[in-house]
Parts: sequence; structure tokens; C-alpha cells
Amino acid sequence: MSDTILLAHGSGGQLSHDLVAEVFAASFTNPILARLEDSAMLADLGGGRLAFTTDSYVVRPLFFPGGDIGRLAVCGTINDLAMSGAQPRYLSAAFVIEEGLPIADLRRIARSMAEMAREAGVAIVTGDTKVVERGHGDGCFITTAGIGVIPAGVDISAANARPGDAVLVSGTVGDHGMAIMSQREGLRFEAEIASDVAPLHTLVQAMLEVCPEVHCLRDPTRGGLATTLNELATQSGVEIIVEEARIPVRPAVQSLCELLGIDPLYVANEGKLVAIVPEAAAGQVLAAMKAHPLGREAAIIGQVRSGRAGRVSLRTTLGAHRILDMMVGELLPRIC
Amino acid sequence: MRYVDEFRDPARARALLQRIHDRARRPVQLMEFCGTHTHAMFRHGIRQLLPPSITMLSGPGCPVCVTSAADLDRAIALASLPGVTLATFGDMLRVPGSRGSLQTARAAGADVRVIYSSLDALEIARREPAQTVVLLGVGFETTAPTMAAALLQAEKEGLENLRLYSLHKLTPPAMAAILRSGEVALDGILAPGHVSAIIGSSAWEFVARDFALPCTVAGFEPLDTLQGIADLVEQCEAGIAQVHNTYGRGVRAAGNPAAQALLAKVFEVSEAEWRGLGRVPASGLALCGRFRRFDATPLLEGHSLEPAEAREPAGCRCGEVLRGVLDPTRCPLFGRVCTPDQPVGPCMVSSEGSCAAHYRYGEAR
Ligand code: SF4
Repeated sequence: MSDTILLAHGSGGQLSHDLVAEVFAASFTNPILARLEDSAMLADLGGGRLAFTTDSYVVRPLFFPGGDIGRLAVCGTINDLAMSGAQPRYLSAAFVIEEGLPIADLRRIARSMAEMAREAGVAIVTGDTKVVERGHGDGCFITTAGIGVIPAGVDISAANARPGDAVLVSGTVGDHGMAIMSQREGLRFEAEIASDVAPLHTLVQAMLEVCPEVHCLRDPTRGGLATTLNELATQSGVEIIVEEARIPVRPAVQSLCELLGIDPLYVANEGKLVAIVPEAAAGQVLAAMKAHPLGREAAIIGQVRSGRAGRVSLRTTLGAHRILDMMVGELLPRIC
Repeated sequence: MRYVDEFRDPARARALLQRIHDRARRPVQLMEFCGTHTHAMFRHGIRQLLPPSITMLSGPGCPVCVTSAADLDRAIALASLPGVTLATFGDMLRVPGSRGSLQTARAAGADVRVIYSSLDALEIARREPAQTVVLLGVGFETTAPTMAAALLQAEKEGLENLRLYSLHKLTPPAMAAILRSGEVALDGILAPGHVSAIIGSSAWEFVARDFALPCTVAGFEPLDTLQGIADLVEQCEAGIAQVHNTYGRGVRAAGNPAAQALLAKVFEVSEAEWRGLGRVPASGLALCGRFRRFDATPLLEGHSLEPAEAREPAGCRCGEVLRGVLDPTRCPLFGRVCTPDQPVGPCMVSSEGSCAAHYRYGEAR
């Protein structure tokens, strides 16, 4: 096989078959995929409602501290499922590859996806590859879709926040976006910023064990924490008030943000979640989160109020109040 | 959270605020030159914590906002030339020119790419040798050295397809123009930390010498800004008019000689057109000497793309906002027709624009 992707790898002929067999099927080994049928035939998923989601991933550079586009594509879809309380089970993966991409890079991406899927207990059971001409893609784009099962009794929705509820975040915000940005800007820092990309379904499981009536879950990806809080406030028709001083931000992230004039509350995360839970359960949920490796720095950051529907207010570290708005425009690089 | 603690410590902030409240006896109007100060003050809620006797006016320190409609039209014309790729910071994309923006030009087929540093443009030029890559040079004394560095690198590599369209501007001449016009009554100037790190606090001496006003250089963290305001208030109360530097960790009197040398090597001072201020002599940077061959302007020659007459967006009062004459919320379009999603003028587009700051942080909402 050649060392780089050729247009012929997308032709459907021998080269396409070799690519699928040697790079993808070899990494994602599982009996369902191994049949290489046009559709994956899934085992009976048992009772419960199904959750189904899809997302496309575009990131430059393809490899960054803390992860790569493959890990991002697997975790992102797992997390979308997890935010509905679902146990992720099966993923699909479709690749749009730019002519000229080194096959070694593609192999590295596939391996990283396989590793992540194995770790998370999901199987990549169907997929597709296409090749586009040089200059028509940023190396590699990945689209993943996922299916999961929502256990009985779980009812999580962005519309479920109620006045009095507590607002929690599972850890420091802004790590992923600033990790990408520091690579792109070529900014070298004493402490390298690593992406937080991680699958959150086991953290969610731990939270649901102590509090099955979690009201809302959402992973603050593009647009960051501020945008997610606005979505929750709008969809639930409530006001959310958060305390700036309680929102965890890594010092290295904070100082890079200051340097670039960026507010970390608008920076993307790939391994964090925002939870809104009944106030009475907040302490227990926080303890469960802190006991999980992905929630060690979790914090209660605010409260839901009846107030003005759809508004998010922030109490600044200096004690002033202001509106925390949605992000507008495209100030940040494309990150996912 | 060490960094936050150090420069945002609520106890120290309260002490500084107390100092400001104690000293501020008569009403004063201060201007923060720089949009970064405007945004930082809104973001931390500093404006609502100041005594009512202190009025903060925003100045013209937003590079995107002060780019004139005519210059923007030319940038759009450059981007629309066949074989040209225009590389620009994202902030410029949505700024309205006379007819559309770079964003609409891109949708219509112009090759416009968003970059995050001047080095990204070098990379595009290397990868696509058949394209002429025009770097859109917008920014003050802080950005210009990075552009100069990119050109030096291009020269070293023998990259023949990189050009710069320099709309770079110098801050002290704009401040002088505002003070000379006497349009707004000012009692003191809060000078920008980042720009002063390059040009030095001594570059602001004219404010004290020629206009008898206090001028204080301050950083952008909440405590830095409060310290700057406290110093200005104290100078006002004591009847002093001096240049003070409260941002000692970032700014020296002489500035950054290496960056200044870089600028002097690649650029010469020229006239520039500012939105709101018009043509200001010796307030811009044009390529000089052997670096003139990187100038993108000649690309427009022979193309009838030059628009007949540049127009400001209808009803937009950015010019007055940039001179500190009009409070953004008093613009009839503010928040009704003009929002960050649907901006009419540049002051609502840029993350440093003061209309955007007033809107985003919820004043009058
Ligand atoms: S509110 Fe909009 S239209 Fe009015 S001055 Fe500001 S940018 Fe221009």
C-alpha cells in the first residue's frame, strides 16, 4: 500500500478495499463489523428507550496535546448519548479524507478510536470512507453516529430545570479549546495545556446512581459553558445565576485566555458536563462526581431561579452582576 | 487559581474601590482609549462598582472599528481579485463596508481565509505558491510587529507570493486628534497596557505636556484597571497632570526597543484614515524601503474594482461612538436594529467594540 492517501483510495476499487481492511477493520475488530455488510446488524438491545445521535468532527491540528480527531469523534458521540442518560452501545464512523494524508496518520487515528471505544465499552460497527482532492479538506473529517439505551426511570432534558435547582460543572472549563488554540497560535507555555477530551458516560452513571432524578445534563462543547447555560435557561424557561469565583479554570488556561483576550466561559470543552439537579440532592451528586476520576474538580457553580426566563446572570469575582450572553459569531477557531 | 487570585482578589479590589470612593469628590470624565479596557470593565462589572461621579467614556481603541469603510472596500476588492487569497483575523469578517462585508464577499466566491496569527498567512503562501496571499494588516502597535516579522520571514525564505495590505494605525496621534478637537470634556486618560508595552509609557507624555491632563497606563486585569482609575482620580483631585504607569510588570518608559526596531525596519509613518476621525496625519504605518515590494495596493491598479464612493452604514453612529461623543445605548439603532447577531456598524461587530460591550454585558437590557 502507498504511504499517502491517493484519490484512488476513494474509488471503490481494490485500493479502497485494502484501506478499509488494513486501516479500519483491523483497528475496529468486532464480529458485527467483521461481516462487512452494507448495514450492521445489531443484537436485540433489550428494553428501554433508544437514544440516537450524530455529529461531525473537524479539527486542526489533527493531533493535539491530550488527544486527536479520532478520540474526539468517539468521545463526542458517546457524550451526546450520555447527556440523555443513555448507555452508549454502538457507533458508526464515516471518514472524508484529503488526498495526500499520510496513511500512518490515518492508522494512528483509527487506533486511537479503537482504543477509546474499547475503553468506553462501545463497538464501532459500520463505517464509510471517501477521498477528496488535495486542498478540499483539512486532512481528515470524521462523522460518527451512536446508539445507546436509556434505563427506565431516567428522564433528562434541557427543559427540566426548576427554580431552586443547583447548577454543577464537572471540572475546569476551557481546556480543550485553549489546547487547540495554543497549538495553532504556536504559543509555548511552561505548562502545556492538554485537551480534556474524555467519555463521560460512566460519570453520568455514577451521578444517576445517587440521584436518578437529575434534571438536565449537557456537555458544554462549542460556545463553552456560557452558551450551554443559556440553552438550558431558554429551554427550561428559567433564569440561571452563576458565581464567577466558583467556576473552576486552570491557571494556564486563564493566563492564555487573558493573553488572547478570550473569556474561558466561551471556550469549548470535550470532557466536561453541566448538570442541573434538585437542590436537596446537590451535595450527594457533587460527592459522587468528586469520587469519579473525571469529576475530581467538580463544583456547584450556581442556582436556578424563576426570574426572567432565558436569562443567565453572572456574579463577577468583584461582586458585580452582569448578563452572561450566548456566544455570537465565529471568534474562536473551528474545533469540533 | 493563582493567576486569578493575584489580579482579581476581591478584598484588594474592595480596598481600591474604597480608595476611589473616598477620593472622588467632584465629577470627572475619564476616557479609556482602548476597547480591551472597555470590555474588561464590563466583563468584571467595574463600571457599576464605581461612584456615580466617575464617568468612563470609551475611546477609539478598537482596530476593527476604526478601519474606514473606504479601506474595507479596497480589502474586499483585493479579496475578489482572481488568484488572490485574503488572509484576515476573524474579527474583520463581518464588518460592513459600503456594499457588503468580507463575509458576503466570501459567500460570493472571494477566497477569504481566517487566520489566527500572521504566521498562518505565511503557511498558506508556502502551501499554495500559485496564489497571491494578501495579509490584511489591521491593528495597532501590538499587531504590527507580528506582521513585520512575517514579512522578514517571507523575505528570508524567498516567498514571492505574500503581500501585506497595511491598515495599521498608531494610537497616540488618534488620542491627540480627539483631545485637539475638544469635542468631549475630559479630565484624564486611561492608556492601554498592551500598546504601551511596545511604545513605552513615555509615548503618552504629550497628554500631560500639551493638554494638561493626567494620563495613566494600566493593565487589563480588574485590579490593574482599578489601580489606573484610582491614580487618575487622585491626580484629578490633587490637580496634577502627569503620565503615570501603574502597569509596571508589563510596561517600561521606553517600551520594547526590539519591537520598535522591527517596526522601523519594515514600516514608515504615514497618514491614515480613521472611521470617526477622518484622515489623521502621521497615524498609520506604510511599508518602506525594500519592503515596499510586499505592498498589496498595486494589485488593485488596472482593475476597475475600486468602488465609486465609500459609504458608512445607513444610520450607524460609530463615528461619534469612537470619539466618545455618543454613548452607544443612545444610538437609535442600538439593540433594536443593531445587535451582535445582525450588526449594522463595526462597533457592534468587534469583540473590542463598545456597542458590542454595552449590548453583550446587558446594559440597558
Ligand atoms: S449601535 Fe450599531 S448602528 Fe449604532 S453606532 Fe453602534 S454599531 Fe453603529
